[in-house]
Amino acid sequence: MQLDDLYRQVIMDHYQHPRNQGQLADDAIAVDLRNPSCGDEIRLQMLVEDGVVKDVRFRGSGCSISMASASMMTDAIKGKTISEALHLAHTFRGMMKGEPADLDELGELESLQGVSKFPARIKCATLAWQALERAAGSSEVDGEAKA
Amino acid sequence: MNPLAIREDFPIFQEKINGHPLVYLDNAATSQKPRQVLDVLRRYYESENSNVHRGVHTLGTRATEAYEGAREKVARFINAPSPYQVVFTRGTTESINMVAHGYARAHLQPGDEIVLPPSEHHSNLIPWQQAARATGATLRYLPLQEDGSIRLADVEAAVTDRTKVVAIAHVSNVLGTVNPVREIAAIAHRHGAVIVVDGAQSVPHMPTDVQDLDCDFLAFSGHKMLGPTGIGVLYGKPSLLAEMEPTYFGGEMIDIVELHESTWKEAPWKFEGGTPIIAGAIGLGAAIEYLSNIGMEEIAKHDAHLADLTVQRLAEIEGVTVYGPGPGKPRAGLVTFNLDGVHPHDVATVLDAAGVAVRAGHHCAQPLMRILHVGATARASFYLYNTEDDVDAFVAALKQAKEFFGHAIG
Repeated sequence: MQLDDLYRQVIMDHYQHPRNQGQLADDAIAVDLRNPSCGDEIRLQMLVEDGVVKDVRFRGSGCSISMASASMMTDAIKGKTISEALHLAHTFRGMMKGEPADLDELGELESLQGVSKFPARIKCATLAWQALERAAGSSEVDGEAKA
Repeated sequence: MNPLAIREDFPIFQEKINGHPLVYLDNAATSQKPRQVLDVLRRYYESENSNVHRGVHTLGTRATEAYEGAREKVARFINAPSPYQVVFTRGTTESINMVAHGYARAHLQPGDEIVLPPSEHHSNLIPWQQAARATGATLRYLPLQEDGSIRLADVEAAVTDRTKVVAIAHVSNVLGTVNPVREIAAIAHRHGAVIVVDGAQSVPHMPTDVQDLDCDFLAFSGHKMLGPTGIGVLYGKPSLLAEMEPTYFGGEMIDIVELHESTWKEAPWKFEGGTPIIAGAIGLGAAIEYLSNIGMEEIAKHDAHLADLTVQRLAEIEGVTVYGPGPGKPRAGLVTFNLDGVHPHDVATVLDAAGVAVRAGHHCAQPLMRILHVGATARASFYLYNTEDDVDAFVAALKQAKEFFGHAIG
């Protein structure tokens, strides 16, 4: 077990300098999630227009893995359609399970690949993605309601 | 006592963790098991296995004798006047829930109060929240001092004639404070309240005398004291156990069953519906024998010494915060801490890479975490097989974590 495989420099950078931290106006979709076994918390807000993620912000507290994953995720999904974002979530979860990953699609997120070798930490890395999946679910419901 | 000789009895110390010898400092979560306990479990299944209290056959008698023999061992271990005051349960959580359900709910009315500290483990907090919600009673929280201790003057002020239940841990699973249970019991009794003591962190680590403490109920778990998981104990005073309703109904706990109503056996059997945790109880009996042979006084001294040593050593590392009693103050065998700027999960991962197992998280005490203004903490907790070398390995690994993250964060 190599710690450097887990704590790659890009992860520490996102942990120290999280992107897209903060909050959006109240009309944005908001999802609050916590990991009750360890106390990590995240509030993810998403502004979705015409099925596209126009803006996304998060706030939270947690370990380097959970916060860096949230930071990278928000960077990655901004400007993507909801279905692209959900596909990325699926790919990310696959990488956590040790499945061969599409590195082009993952980009910087590939740096979290090492987490798959630390089973106790996978739930840290997937917290933000779970929030995304919830938020996307509520956006679809929202869209249906409008239609 | 000789921890190096004791370690020989614990097969788990043959394991290598990430290429390192195991330094197991998560004893407040669960303890390791000596060969003596594992052998008894195996022997039970190989040569005594049968259901208890019903078989006429020879094996049934052997199993029943072993199971009831374990009850007697538990009773002697906590100085209970009678083995019939020892109920076998699944663990501390189930024991406390049984009291909250079967005793407290029947005795609580709107306006009554349940007094407890906010530092309790969720298992000695949520059952009381639920009992209060069901009955209209109110929870009243004791104030904590800076170091997590509880002043008797505050207990005097909080406990009134409205108080029906005082619930408190003997030893805090986060802070390592030892609460003055005997004095608090006396205050509760002056007001006609019962005291329910969570012994999960105390019974495995120090001598326990329920008659001296004068507690009404005491709950503890076998797996934290070298026994198997899935076995625990509820001790109660006879008159209270007699009044208390069973939580589970069915086979084995009944006296007479009619079509429309039934009656129960006496305590403790009325609380042990269904096939009881036979192997678990017998394993706990073996664990108690093992602990008693070494001596609980000795174990308490040993654990506290390692915790004190750890507090001293951590004070030498800049950026480490230790929670609970300060240096030189009485503390049970556990140390909860944080390293500045590094989340406890990350600390625990770096320690694990060096073979050192600690707990990281909220330790099932979310309200206390809020009082401490932290989301999570790391905890090292000691037991009879830990050594000063373990403390050294832990401190060295923590320094590595500090260096690693100091470097990584830049």
